[in-house]
Amino acid sequence: MQDKQHIILLFLSMFILIAFVGFFQSWNLALTIFNLCIISSIMSLGINIQWGNAGIVNFGVMGFAALGGLANIIVSMPPTAKAWDAGAIYILIGIIIFILSIIFSILVWLKSGLSKKKKYIINFLLIILGYFLMRYIIDSPIKAIESIEPAKTGYLGGLDLPVIISWPIGGLLAALIAYVIGKISLGLRSDYLAIATLGISEIIIYILKNEDWLSRGVKNVNGLPRPVPYEIELQSEPWVLELTKFFNIPVSEISSILVKLSYSCIFLLILIGILLLLEIAQKSPWGRMMRAIRDNEVSANAMGKDIKTRHLQVFVIGSSIIGIAGAMLTTLDGQFTPVTYQPLRFTFLIWIMVIIGGSGNNFGSIIGGFLIWFFWVQSEPLGLWFISQITTHISDTNIIKGHLLENAAHIKLMFMGMILLITLRFAPKGLIPEVKR
Amino acid sequence: MEFLNSFILITNYIIIPGLTYGSQLALGALGITIVYTVLRFSNFAHGELMSFGTMSTILLTWIFIDSNIKFGTFPTAIIVLPFSIIFTIIYCLLVDKFVFKFYRQQKSKSVIVLIVSIGVMFFTGGLIRFIIGPGDKNFMDGERFILKAKDFKMLTGLDEGLTIKSTQFVTIILTILLVILLFWFLNKTKTGKSMRAYSDNQELALLSGINPERIVLITWIITGTLACVAGTLYGLDKSYKPFTYLHLVLPIFAAAIVGGVGNPIGAIIGGFVISFSELLITFAYKKFFFYILPNNFLPDGLLQILSTDYKIAVSFIILVLVLLIKPTGIYKGKIIK
Repeated sequence: MQDKQHIILLFLSMFILIAFVGFFQSWNLALTIFNLCIISSIMSLGINIQWGNAGIVNFGVMGFAALGGLANIIVSMPPTAKAWDAGAIYILIGIIIFILSIIFSILVWLKSGLSKKKKYIINFLLIILGYFLMRYIIDSPIKAIESIEPAKTGYLGGLDLPVIISWPIGGLLAALIAYVIGKISLGLRSDYLAIATLGISEIIIYILKNEDWLSRGVKNVNGLPRPVPYEIELQSEPWVLELTKFFNIPVSEISSILVKLSYSCIFLLILIGILLLLEIAQKSPWGRMMRAIRDNEVSANAMGKDIKTRHLQVFVIGSSIIGIAGAMLTTLDGQFTPVTYQPLRFTFLIWIMVIIGGSGNNFGSIIGGFLIWFFWVQSEPLGLWFISQITTHISDTNIIKGHLLENAAHIKLMFMGMILLITLRFAPKGLIPEVKR
Repeated sequence: MEFLNSFILITNYIIIPGLTYGSQLALGALGITIVYTVLRFSNFAHGELMSFGTMSTILLTWIFIDSNIKFGTFPTAIIVLPFSIIFTIIYCLLVDKFVFKFYRQQKSKSVIVLIVSIGVMFFTGGLIRFIIGPGDKNFMDGERFILKAKDFKMLTGLDEGLTIKSTQFVTIILTILLVILLFWFLNKTKTGKSMRAYSDNQELALLSGINPERIVLITWIITGTLACVAGTLYGLDKSYKPFTYLHLVLPIFAAAIVGGVGNPIGAIIGGFVISFSELLITFAYKKFFFYILPNNFLPDGLLQILSTDYKIAVSFIILVLVLLIKPTGIYKGKIIK
């Protein structure tokens, strides 16, 4: 019972913190923080099932989140008709040829009885051949597609479906890629796996940044459709105008609050859904098996558990949760900007959330996501306030004071590092420790 | 003549930049390898340590230039290097005392220490940005070129020019010196031998009376030195921006793993493998073939395997390939459970 009170207390104080922002800064900001807190919590739930339950180190959060974002484009943007005439089908054929050459070389590697040296040579030639064949097929259609109104389109576009479908599709896309990544790299030791997943996620970002025909690259895709009404539509509704009178705040503000509130409701539903599923999974025999594998691989193996398959399973599930969250994030932003995907913000910050919240506990991950995102956003004004407090006695013309105030925003990195280090040292189990079952 | 031209072209665009970038990566990878073998964890904070070293160099360079201490056309940054190395070592030792020592005594799992090193990475990154700001800093002074393209063309009468920047020259020379010194230390001195013994088998080393705290101290001294020099050389050659050093960690890890983690020679080889493959794969070969092929055989296009935008991604691709095919690397490294 103590545990439940503890959890409720933590969540209550989190909501009070956000309410404080609402009262003292603005409700708009409070809701923005709240929405991003939910998305961060979903991402950390994805990492928690991998790290907390199965002991897998996945540093590829950034890549999976970006794949979710890509799903937004593929599902919801209108298709560029001219691009399909310009030979989009050739791009598909080219990529399939390259994938086939890779699959074929894997088959040669596993099934043929050749000597190792011959296998290396054949595989090398196969992949080189496949790659250049692909380049030969896709280079000119890519050029043609990218030159169609490059300022507006210049890419394939999407399927023009409701954007909300892109969330499960984002999860599926992330799961598919995670399956491939997991299949090839889960056999590695934990720190190699960390580096490999980090590297692969960087490769994904590089592809999204540079393949303009797919995602417009660094030109970004703007104006993604929304699952909720636009502010401008709300402003002419009579009930909104009545609310404006009732609360006595400008109509522009109340409409934007309403939009954010509707996002919050949808996100909250998804968060609760995922949380319920994960809790059921954790309490089920499957969850017990995962923990057994985490705690002692050798004995779990001796009991007849297939460790590789189970690891792959949990890797795919966790990554697809991150993919869903990534898709939601892009929908919330309304645009897809590949340059914003930074490992610091997407991979390492999520890891801090999981560790601080308490690895192995789903509620812990959620509170970690809320708390860390809150401080990540709010530590900038806090840092500024702190610096101006300690430098009040120094005159305003002092160079050092100016420099300190200018760079105060960077305190947040130091602050995050400190929180992580202190937690790992003095409370390695986190805010809400894993439940002993 | 045509052949010579193509050779100069390759030297100018691939061999010299490859040697320079490879040296920088090799020094970084050596630092990671030494921490990995002796202290037994993957140090994600190494990029920020390099950044810290570079920051100290920049601050000292500014002080030196302000007080008008000059050494002819020699870059001031190299003169202040010994002092900034000391600062970096002090920072490393402080971090070890307050952070890593605890986990060493607890004998924590290496993956936990890896996460701890991410905390150190965040903290150091914030500290650096707080002190020097996130902007671009150029701290190269003195003579910029050793050999200019124009002079080279005049001298030899070839169509292709060869440029050697003084930063490139300094990088290569300094790397050679540092590597020789390091290998002499590890293989010839008693302390170096006891360090290797400690990394091979901790219990046995303790039994033979090796003081572990001293080994740790020396490890951080070496790591700090390597990080500071590698960071400064990279900053001199490109330009210093705190942000880029975070992204440098991954190519450095790639170099260390490709060569074989835990093997100093492997780290050096790995650095050059990464740098040369980055350049070879993203180089546009059109001009090269223009010199050696008859004109009517010349194909269209730039003849580039991958576009230059993918330059850094190449190192990750190689990293992933090596992890899949031969996780022990080119030189068989040490695997720490």
